[in-house]
Amino acid sequence: MTLNALQCCVRITIMPVQCSNCAQRRAVLKRPKTAHSLCKDCFFWAFEEEIHQTIMSAGLFNRGETVAIGASGGKDSTVLAHVMKLLNERYGYGLNLLLLSVDEGITGYRDDSLETVKRNQQQYELPLKIVSYEELYGWTMDAIVKQVGLKNNCTFCGVFRRQALDRGAMMLKVDKICTGHNADDVAETVLMNVLRGDIARLRRCTSISTASEGEGAIPRCKPLKYAYEKEIVLYAYFKKLDYFSTECIYSPNAYRGHARAFLKDLESIRPSSIIDVIHSGETLSVKDGVKMPVQGTCSRCGYISSQALCKSCVLLEGLNRGLPKLGIGKHHRLHGKILSREPLTEQEEKKLKAVDF
Amino acid sequence: MCQVEEDYNGLECKQEKIPVPTLDRKCVKCKEGTAALIIRVSDAFCRSCFKEYFIHKFRAMLGKNRVIFPQEKVLLAVSGGAASCSMLSQVIEGLSRDAPKKLRFLPGIIYIDDGGACGRSQEERQRSVDQLKSIFTHTGFPYFIVPLEQVFVLPSSVLVPVTPDPDPSSPSYKHAVDQYIREHKLAEEDEPSAAARLRVEDSYPPEHKLALESLFSSLNTLTAKEDMLHTLRQHLILHVARENGFSKVMMGESCSRLAVKLLSNIALGRGAALASDTGFSDPRFGDVGIVRPMRDYSSKEIAAYCRMFDVPSVFIPGLETRTPDKASVQRLTEAFITNLQAEFPSTVSTIYRTSEKLHTVKPSESEHSEPASRCLLCVCALDTCVDKASAFHATLLSEQLSQIKLQDVSHDALRCAETQDASHDALRCTETQCCGTGGCSSNRVPAHQDLKTLLCYSCRLTIKDMGSVATLPAYITAEAERRRKRSLMKKEISEYLLEDAD
Repeated sequence: MTLNALQCCVRITIMPVQCSNCAQRRAVLKRPKTAHSLCKDCFFWAFEEEIHQTIMSAGLFNRGETVAIGASGGKDSTVLAHVMKLLNERYGYGLNLLLLSVDEGITGYRDDSLETVKRNQQQYELPLKIVSYEELYGWTMDAIVKQVGLKNNCTFCGVFRRQALDRGAMMLKVDKICTGHNADDVAETVLMNVLRGDIARLRRCTSISTASEGEGAIPRCKPLKYAYEKEIVLYAYFKKLDYFSTECIYSPNAYRGHARAFLKDLESIRPSSIIDVIHSGETLSVKDGVKMPVQGTCSRCGYISSQALCKSCVLLEGLNRGLPKLGIGKHHRLHGKILSREPLTEQEEKKLKAVDF
Repeated sequence: MCQVEEDYNGLECKQEKIPVPTLDRKCVKCKEGTAALIIRVSDAFCRSCFKEYFIHKFRAMLGKNRVIFPQEKVLLAVSGGAASCSMLSQVIEGLSRDAPKKLRFLPGIIYIDDGGACGRSQEERQRSVDQLKSIFTHTGFPYFIVPLEQVFVLPSSVLVPVTPDPDPSSPSYKHAVDQYIREHKLAEEDEPSAAARLRVEDSYPPEHKLALESLFSSLNTLTAKEDMLHTLRQHLILHVARENGFSKVMMGESCSRLAVKLLSNIALGRGAALASDTGFSDPRFGDVGIVRPMRDYSSKEIAAYCRMFDVPSVFIPGLETRTPDKASVQRLTEAFITNLQAEFPSTVSTIYRTSEKLHTVKPSESEHSEPASRCLLCVCALDTCVDKASAFHATLLSEQLSQIKLQDVSHDALRCAETQDASHDALRCTETQCCGTGGCSSNRVPAHQDLKTLLCYSCRLTIKDMGSVATLPAYITAEAERRRKRSLMKKEISEYLLEDAD
């Protein structure tokens, strides 16, 4: 305690702030998460140690497993790949790591970021697999946007990416996928699901890994779940990691943008807000008897789905029939017709045609 | 608090939409009267149908939930704002009618004068109290006007939830109603005598005024101030209700307000208590139930009703009044929802409906009677006994990893919630201990750390924003000390206890 008191004084009197952990070196940053001043080494150590603890306490991996790291070339996945490799060696997890990327086919965005992933592959000496929308679905995002316009195109990209990652993982025969979702992403999703009243997702979104019930699905997890986005950037900055930071050229998701802005404002008022929101999400519980979707499989492609047809099959069907709005909003009643390859009525078709811009 | 602004928006909409094209629009309900206002997009109501709709909603809410029994004493918490004042008007309306659906409970009114925490002058506070008094006297109900300074004379028992007697003595709702009708004694006729014994406790010694001021100035953020004010207000209402035999308290929170509360409570880490904080009834105190009969009304409807039917209300500035959007988490959430609602009109109702699908995590069965399993401040079930893989433990770890290691940081130390994460806070407390609490000074003032282990996740955050816990009212520190001693005692004898019972 005396040390602490001394250190408090030091902080006030001498301008170059000392690291609050080692009390030897000069602090170079103030941790966004705890507001402590730390030196570079202590920050690295704390950041890595926290992720290690997250992995251990949640029991994310088992020895000998093959784990695919979802790599987009952005800061989160770059830091994830770096830390996973480092921890795997430091603590002897015994994991077989590899990188898995999805090429959505967005010229001027994904092609550049994939270059970063390719450089990462060499730096970290991890095998890399790239799956593309074009080979999986026959459509690139560029082509999709050409048909559906700039509105709602994120729905296609998001749904397709989720499945593409799974399919890529199946090709590689991995046991688990880990993604670079950080604390900000999780908190934002909690807020989003409250705003949309999506109780099923609200319950699921805070869990660190998806349940491995469905045979078709490969469990995914988020080792960076409790890492602040700002700390990830700080880590990447001080480690001088090579990452790609450009917003997607197609419209940003407007509604998520509201939640994101709100979260950033919350963080500026009370920095612990991000973790506080996650804590709320983790502890709230849903009333018994509230209707929940039941997990089944898609009758066309066998992927997990709560409907007769999975979302990506519906979206794809819409694209191939020239009715892009088929998968936007709810058209469960049409699933039967799609499955039996019946034509839709003129009225139905009219509703599902692309809106003119 | 800041409903004035919202209400104004509501009225604006009304005025914008009606004048030009729809002057001759008919009421959607009776199809005869001229529409006077539009509630939702296509629902235009005439004056009398709107009144009927508004009144029906109140009764439907009470009728559907069946928690208020005939002859039960119900305390109406009135803040002076439009929502709680229109709740008051609904109760008057329901009691005065001779229809078969007449309300049969016995109301009382409580107003907590929090001017002392909001920095209002004595004269301003008196003026508001006088205005409210005239409204309250007019109702003929007994009323209590309690200054927030009274928290310094509260007994510790307020913080202990009382388990109501198990069922045999309290029959079903239907049974109670039948019995009431059979007996049919018109007890209300005797009520004026009850109304006569007004209890106006608006005097308090000056040292309490100072103690309240120092309590609120030791809270460093407006977020924590608002949270603390809410907690203290809740304790006072509970105390008055218990002292005077009220078994229910009605809060006038509208659905717009509850949507804000829900989202801001999520942001404050109150996810575990979300259902009882925003649901129709809140059973956390045991013997006194909190009910929210106004939760189906939007603030727009309430504002329109108050204006059309001259429901008197008093504007009383609070902590948030005239603060910028980013002043506190609660204020920010309010601004966020108001803006989003303007763009996406279903925002409030969607959030509100989310609250209906949630339920409170019950404290684990073995310890549900032990007050130690409840938060010392907000009396919700403690949410800090969570899995090791959780946001709570991740935060503790972060705090630990970025501070000087006193000893070897063993990961086992993390397993229990009590870590030495804020040892320098504890140090600061001991320095300020000499200030005392103004009240009973024989109590040991607990350090931050002692207090923290007794609090839920969110109340810990509030206390973390506090310079010195020595300013907390004595009833809180005394109860904290009692619980601490009791848990020490339990630890000592733990090897002889066969099961984890009380």
